[in-house]
Amino acid sequence: MNAFQRMNTALMVDESRKIFKVSRQAFVDPDILEAERTRIFDKCWLYLGHSSELAKPGDFVTRQVGGRNILFARDSKGNLKAMLNTCPHRGAQVCREKHGSAKSFQCFYHGWVFGLDGRLRSQPGETSYAEDFKERSPSNMQQVPRFESYRDFNFICFDKGVESLADYLGPVREYLEVICDQAETGMTIVGGTQEYSMRANWKLLTENSIDGYHALTTHATYLDYLKSATGALAQVAFEGSARDLGKGHAVLEYKAPWGRPVAQWIPSWGEEGKRELSRLYDGLLTRFGKERADRIATFNRNLFIFPNLVINDIMAVTVRTYYPAAPDFMNISAWALAPREETEWARKYRLFNFLEFLGPGGFATPDDVEALEQCQRGFRNSAEAQWNDISKGMGKENPSYDDELQMRAFWSNWNEHVFRVPA
Amino acid sequence: MHAIARTEVEDFLFAEAELLDEWRLPEWLELFTDDAIYYVPATDLAVDASPDNNLFYVADDRFRLSERVKRLMKRTAHAEFPHSRTRHLVSNVRIRKQIGDDLEVSSAFITYRTKDGVTDTYFGSNRYRLVPSAGTFRIKEKRCLLDSEGLRAQGRVSIIL
Repeated sequence: MNAFQRMNTALMVDESRKIFKVSRQAFVDPDILEAERTRIFDKCWLYLGHSSELAKPGDFVTRQVGGRNILFARDSKGNLKAMLNTCPHRGAQVCREKHGSAKSFQCFYHGWVFGLDGRLRSQPGETSYAEDFKERSPSNMQQVPRFESYRDFNFICFDKGVESLADYLGPVREYLEVICDQAETGMTIVGGTQEYSMRANWKLLTENSIDGYHALTTHATYLDYLKSATGALAQVAFEGSARDLGKGHAVLEYKAPWGRPVAQWIPSWGEEGKRELSRLYDGLLTRFGKERADRIATFNRNLFIFPNLVINDIMAVTVRTYYPAAPDFMNISAWALAPREETEWARKYRLFNFLEFLGPGGFATPDDVEALEQCQRGFRNSAEAQWNDISKGMGKENPSYDDELQMRAFWSNWNEHVFRVPA
Repeated sequence: MHAIARTEVEDFLFAEAELLDEWRLPEWLELFTDDAIYYVPATDLAVDASPDNNLFYVADDRFRLSERVKRLMKRTAHAEFPHSRTRHLVSNVRIRKQIGDDLEVSSAFITYRTKDGVTDTYFGSNRYRLVPSAGTFRIKEKRCLLDSEGLRAQGRVSIIL
């Protein structure tokens, strides 16, 4: 019997004494990773991509989601399709490009040709096959078991019996609305993908993405930079709250002193920026009234959707998802999300802002990478030093954005998935 | 003005690499003109993509580049503390074009970075725009095109490429 089977929880929780600890075994044990694959990634809704990435019929991207190779395409009728990227004939990956535009997909191994919707169109030597071969559904590329979208965010699930995406998201939807409502005509993914990796367990990035506690020390040089750049700071203090959104989802909503392209002005953006931002703010005011306009414009949101999607609406908007390749290695893909129609000025400053903080070349993310890899190194001591502490803010009526409520929300749900006794 | 020989450009690029490998970043920064830019685009973009409407890894103007240098020299730049060891190898140097006095230069690079027992390799090409100045050059543009698919497994471009 292995260690994992002996465990029935990875958590040590005592509400009355404000104790919440996570076993470090959860970050290093291959049996835990195996359980995560079958009990989380095979069961939960997973982010596939944004509708804007497939602007016109024939557009496609290929991507790994939950360990599968997925072909995500817009068919000739304009419908989005999520297919398993494997030939129904003998298994080869059908599409081998990362993105592009096509009229059909051909498996090069034996030359089978599929429509944009995955239906078999032709195969060499057709006369040697059964007459109705092409009408049989197993002759087509297989669609993913479940595929649904919300506000242009497309998700898939490998469990046919899963609840609807809308039910799964629950109160997350309200926050997606707030983020998407900054655009009048919808949001778009900007060209360019940041693909990187960390030699760290994937759950460390979940914690880090919604961690308001680490900014002052881990990101000291970013904050130094904001202070030294003339006019890079608004007269706004860090202040806000954390919310458990159920099912492992969580959000931080808070004010921060950096500039927001919608719509918190900083002096370095000058008069042109001021005009642009007040125009954007007035638009929000007209569409939503003052309260919601202020929320959209001046509050930041770090939104976590269980198990591995982060949508951070901060100094720019990033969409980030990540998967374990091993207990101590993850692959990350990140995109910039922006209003589809925005001025050249706004797009430029949004992206300039993005790179200041975000991504593996920014002034902040490399230090997160370092922190998470150092945690993973620290876990080599986990036989003796066994526990992580995430008790900050326990028992508070209104946990602050820099407490650890959101991590407890994640871990409680994670624990339930991983250690649930199979029915 | 004399025709510029490739060897002159090579000497300059080799000296640049040495400054980077010796972590003499403030001196390295002095190689750049006041309106210089330093770009590392995402690897799924066209080679001439603009950072104004595409997501890059790095898109620094001269001010942000100077802040990058300032940051990297601090103990609180955790990704590079203690400093990693690097070796920038520069090869295949070519003068592509002369535009007025400016030169368009390309080179191939392999850069090794080692820290905490892990060695990562960055490889690709650099596109420079060089301005002749006082018998040597200054860099007006450095665009670093990674050949890898993303940054797996390097995970970061915390050093200067």
